[in-house]
Amino acid sequence: MSDVTDKVPLSHDGAALPLLDVRNLTVEFATRRGTVRAVKNIDITLAKGETLGIVGESGSGKSVTSYAVMRILDRAGSIAEGSVMFSNLDLRAASETDMRDLRGREMSMIFQSPRLALNPIRKIGHQIEDVLLQHAQADSGSVSDKAIEVLESVRIARPRERYHAYPFELSGGMCQRVVIALALACRPQLLIADEPTTGLDVTTQKAVMDLVVELTRERAMSTILITHDLGLAAAYCDRVVVMEKGNVIETANSSTIFKQPGHAYTRKLMRATPRPGISLRDLLPDEDAARAGPILNKTAAAGETPLLTVENLVKEYPRKGVATSIKKMFGTTPVPESDVFRAVDGISFQIGRGESVGLVGESGCGKSTTSMMLMRLIDKTSGTIMFDGEDIGAIPAKDFATLPQRKRIQMVFQDPTDSLNPRFTAARAIADPLLRLSKIGRGELRSKCEELATQVGLPLEFLDRFPHQLSGGQKARVGIARAIALKPDLIVLDEPTAALDVSVQAVVLNLLQDLKDSLGMSYLFVSHDLNVVRLLCDRVIVMKAGQIVEQGPTERVMDAPQADYTRDLLAAIPHPPI
Amino acid sequence: MTETTATEALSIAPPPATVAQAVVKPENNSIFRHARYVMSENPVTGMAFGLFALIAVLALIGPYIVPHDPLASDTAATLAPPSLHHWFGTDQLGRDIFSRVVVATRLDFVIAVSSVVLVFVMGGFAGIAAGFFGGWTDRLVSRLADTIMAFPLFVLAMGIVAALGNTVTNIVIATAIINFPLYVRVARAEANVRREAGFVQAARLAGNGDFRILLAHILPNIMPIMMVQISLTMGYAILNAAGLSFIGLGVKPPTPEWGIMVAEGAANIISGEWWIALFPGAALMIAVFTFNLLGDGLRDLVDPQRRT
Amino acid sequence: MLATIGRRLLTVIPTLIGVVIVTFLLTRVLPGDPAVYFAGPAATPQSIADIRKGLGLDRPLPEQFARYVNDLAHGNFGNSLSTGRPVATEITSRLPASAELTFLGLILSLVIAVPLGILAAVKQGSWIDHTCRVVATAGVSLPVFFTGLLLVYIFYYQLGWAPAPIGRLDAFATAPPNYTGFYLIDSLVTGNFETFRAALSQLILPAVTLAVFSLAPIARMTRASMLAVLASEFIRTARASGLDTRTVIITYAFRNAMLPVVTTLGMVFSFLLGANVLVEKVFAWPGIGSYAVEALLQSDFAPVQGFVLTMAVMYVVLNLLIDILYGVIDPRVRLEG
Repeated sequence: MSDVTDKVPLSHDGAALPLLDVRNLTVEFATRRGTVRAVKNIDITLAKGETLGIVGESGSGKSVTSYAVMRILDRAGSIAEGSVMFSNLDLRAASETDMRDLRGREMSMIFQSPRLALNPIRKIGHQIEDVLLQHAQADSGSVSDKAIEVLESVRIARPRERYHAYPFELSGGMCQRVVIALALACRPQLLIADEPTTGLDVTTQKAVMDLVVELTRERAMSTILITHDLGLAAAYCDRVVVMEKGNVIETANSSTIFKQPGHAYTRKLMRATPRPGISLRDLLPDEDAARAGPILNKTAAAGETPLLTVENLVKEYPRKGVATSIKKMFGTTPVPESDVFRAVDGISFQIGRGESVGLVGESGCGKSTTSMMLMRLIDKTSGTIMFDGEDIGAIPAKDFATLPQRKRIQMVFQDPTDSLNPRFTAARAIADPLLRLSKIGRGELRSKCEELATQVGLPLEFLDRFPHQLSGGQKARVGIARAIALKPDLIVLDEPTAALDVSVQAVVLNLLQDLKDSLGMSYLFVSHDLNVVRLLCDRVIVMKAGQIVEQGPTERVMDAPQADYTRDLLAAIPHPPI
Repeated sequence: MTETTATEALSIAPPPATVAQAVVKPENNSIFRHARYVMSENPVTGMAFGLFALIAVLALIGPYIVPHDPLASDTAATLAPPSLHHWFGTDQLGRDIFSRVVVATRLDFVIAVSSVVLVFVMGGFAGIAAGFFGGWTDRLVSRLADTIMAFPLFVLAMGIVAALGNTVTNIVIATAIINFPLYVRVARAEANVRREAGFVQAARLAGNGDFRILLAHILPNIMPIMMVQISLTMGYAILNAAGLSFIGLGVKPPTPEWGIMVAEGAANIISGEWWIALFPGAALMIAVFTFNLLGDGLRDLVDPQRRT
Repeated sequence: MLATIGRRLLTVIPTLIGVVIVTFLLTRVLPGDPAVYFAGPAATPQSIADIRKGLGLDRPLPEQFARYVNDLAHGNFGNSLSTGRPVATEITSRLPASAELTFLGLILSLVIAVPLGILAAVKQGSWIDHTCRVVATAGVSLPVFFTGLLLVYIFYYQLGWAPAPIGRLDAFATAPPNYTGFYLIDSLVTGNFETFRAALSQLILPAVTLAVFSLAPIARMTRASMLAVLASEFIRTARASGLDTRTVIITYAFRNAMLPVVTTLGMVFSFLLGANVLVEKVFAWPGIGSYAVEALLQSDFAPVQGFVLTMAVMYVVLNLLIDILYGVIDPRVRLEG
């Protein structure tokens, strides 16, 4: 099996040929409105044993490039121009049968969202066996042992039991290990990892990336890492290719790309990537940062009574089995008797006036539940939520919507698309809170909307558009305008930039900071991204399993963490060489 | 999001409009322009709208334009095959089949429309309330729908008509009842999904009470799917009513109605007089076909994702 | 798995209770005097009063219901007015005819619709795909009794390939001995191929009629769910792992795509059992549907009530089977439930 080095083909002058050589590649998609070029005349080479990062924002063509290499473009897509050489094999000319033999055996791929990448109703052991049998890596007698061996090689504990597991019984990180196991089962020479850690928690993300690097290094494999995260690429790759709108705009060693980005776009992308030791303005291109001016940074005055005081807040849910669709349909299964699950387990904290507090933790830690309770969208189980001297936690959530207190606490949602009514124009969405909770006249409404749009940097001509006619960044601005429309005292920001490209995120974060300073609001910033929290927040609260493990001033928590868990979180952030 | 996933199974949706088209500013007449766009994109939908207009017009003015009295028998011309004088031929009593088919449009149309309107109001609101409020409202409505669904629907309709009495009104009621679970399910599922949607939470933050959220935010977003449902169940309602009258329930002879006319012609099929059953049967088929096509077309029309 | 089935069996109980209540309500609570229905059109006030007493209709409603349930528990569905025979006996003797027809129709449509839907999805945009879409749209628009008549006209009157639509056997064939009540099976078991051929030739047209009717929803759903599954990420993974087309389509895509199709089968059964009534009328089929129709037209209510109840119970059982089948395919239901 370790004959990889023997396979390295030599060119006529004796130098090692690249493992993968993409020349002048153009990929087109046939749509109903004509042909769209997703990738335009790009060149990419990958040496034996090299790790290459392909970085770009959504729509840059980075994933399409990898699908073209694997020849798994969907029906509408095709390679229009160029050549793809794998070793000395012309992949563009290869027959479908040959390609099928290559896929999985010589070149493999791992995908984003690992749970979706596995057949939901087939045991993971059998899925690995399918690949092994397909490529004649084992016979039917030895195949199950071999599959267990493969599971073991991706550090899955108790592989013999896990062999019989279905994907839904495994965690996201575990599923990604299985996907890696599938990809590496036949010891291919090339691994393409397409956003392998997106959607995974930061600690899981690190474990998965470390595993990929370790395995590929151990087996002298070549790897292509496709990601939107320049930091991740720089931390794990030898070389980085930057793509924008279907073009390769820069190729550089990862050690130099942060120091001397060659292309303006790379510079912009690099700058926009949140990292330690910078300020919010550093995320923006120079000219924009200059225009924005210095950050006023009015922090909470000491001695003042806090705006929000949370004490011993608890939220319990009945623990019940996941109701399956078929049961829901017949609606006849009684809820099984069960104990309760504490999503939020007795937390206490304060938010000062004008203060910006970060709430961080991994998925399932209870941070979203906490924010929903503060927003009075769901009821607490016990504890108090004192807002400006009043226990708003005692008011039932269903009555809160029409009370005057409602306008003092607002929220910016995670998914800008989901949070806008698809049948409301931008102006109508911004106007909604004004109509309901302020005494504004119909006549002033339009001018007020325009004022808000200007405040959040939304060009006025977009006000009459529907959400589907707006970009992600524009939708985010509409969501922010709606949240500040009533001049609230507290805004809960629930991962407001998680769905945005990094350059858009940079702009939105700066906007949020400026709005806070000019309007004197307090923020509770819920996020999983510590680098972003560091930029925006005065104080940080770290949550794990429903409890607060640490809270304190941002600098102190980030630079001298007290809790082990905080240290783990910080260590898991990819550190690009700067 | 969910709008497309839920309807994907019903038809093959055209790909969403490209960005270039999507940014065109909507104008006041956008609905008409959009209707024209949908029809030019999909000629079949245009055809369905045309057929629907024809059916509606015939239902309105049919009795005034037919060449013969649909009830007048003519013993001299029984079982005459189609000719210039009798376009669709005559039946065993010598009645003109063309006139009878045209005049029957109104009755079939009225039965279908009234039963669908009835069930849309009952089932739609019950379903939305069940999905939005959950709890006992949901349990009550779902249990009711489940009990109806426990019967094969046509069989239940037979039982209801038999018990309530053999009249056209009861056919309408029976048809509405058997469609009730379908409406409840669709409305409930859609409302349930949207209950947790970000824009509904946002509406709550904006100070909207439950009732206003239901009417202003959730209902308009569910309408596209309900429209498809209406159109598809229209077809089903017509089939169901015709089936009931085919087995001799509801409509009494000599009233012209498509189902009963097919039943009257059934005996003549084995002796070769095909036209008595064929023409009303074909009318029935075209009507149902039209409503089914219309379902898909309507969805494109009311769905803002496709509006350009 | 057994525990899941057991739990699912328990959930049938409230459904059955609901069914019994509805069939009870259909006769007792709705406007109109049930005694008048049960007495038939030729009743005198005296006979109506007798029947009311005989049926216990003068008792309070809960007592009537208890009595109704008690009768059902003893297999007593009442007596038919027109024939005087117990409804239960009549339904039992006619049920195999309906069941044979319905099952053959369903099997025919599954055999055609599922491969058609799969091929249409795999070869999206090909002529098979277009055929599938036309069949799906036309099929749901065809009134089932109209299809039946068309087939009779073409294959009996015009071509003379099919026998006259006069029931399960023509006048010359003799019915096979009654083991299962399914003529096809009974005649094969006894080696009576002449009867088998005669029974099959009578059965084929009505079965095709039912198949045409149920073809559309199954083909439509198979195609739609295959398309959805083929576009899913785990299929992309399977392709990227170099699995061959057959494995990808059968082992990976098809089994997943079957889940929504199996769910649709519930609806298809509902349609089929209803359409069965109409088809039996067109082909003079001596099943429970035509029994109910005859009784309905004579205002003979006991058979109708028995028929509605029988159909509902059959449908509940079929839904139960569908659920179990779903659990066999989908481990998520099996293991989480």
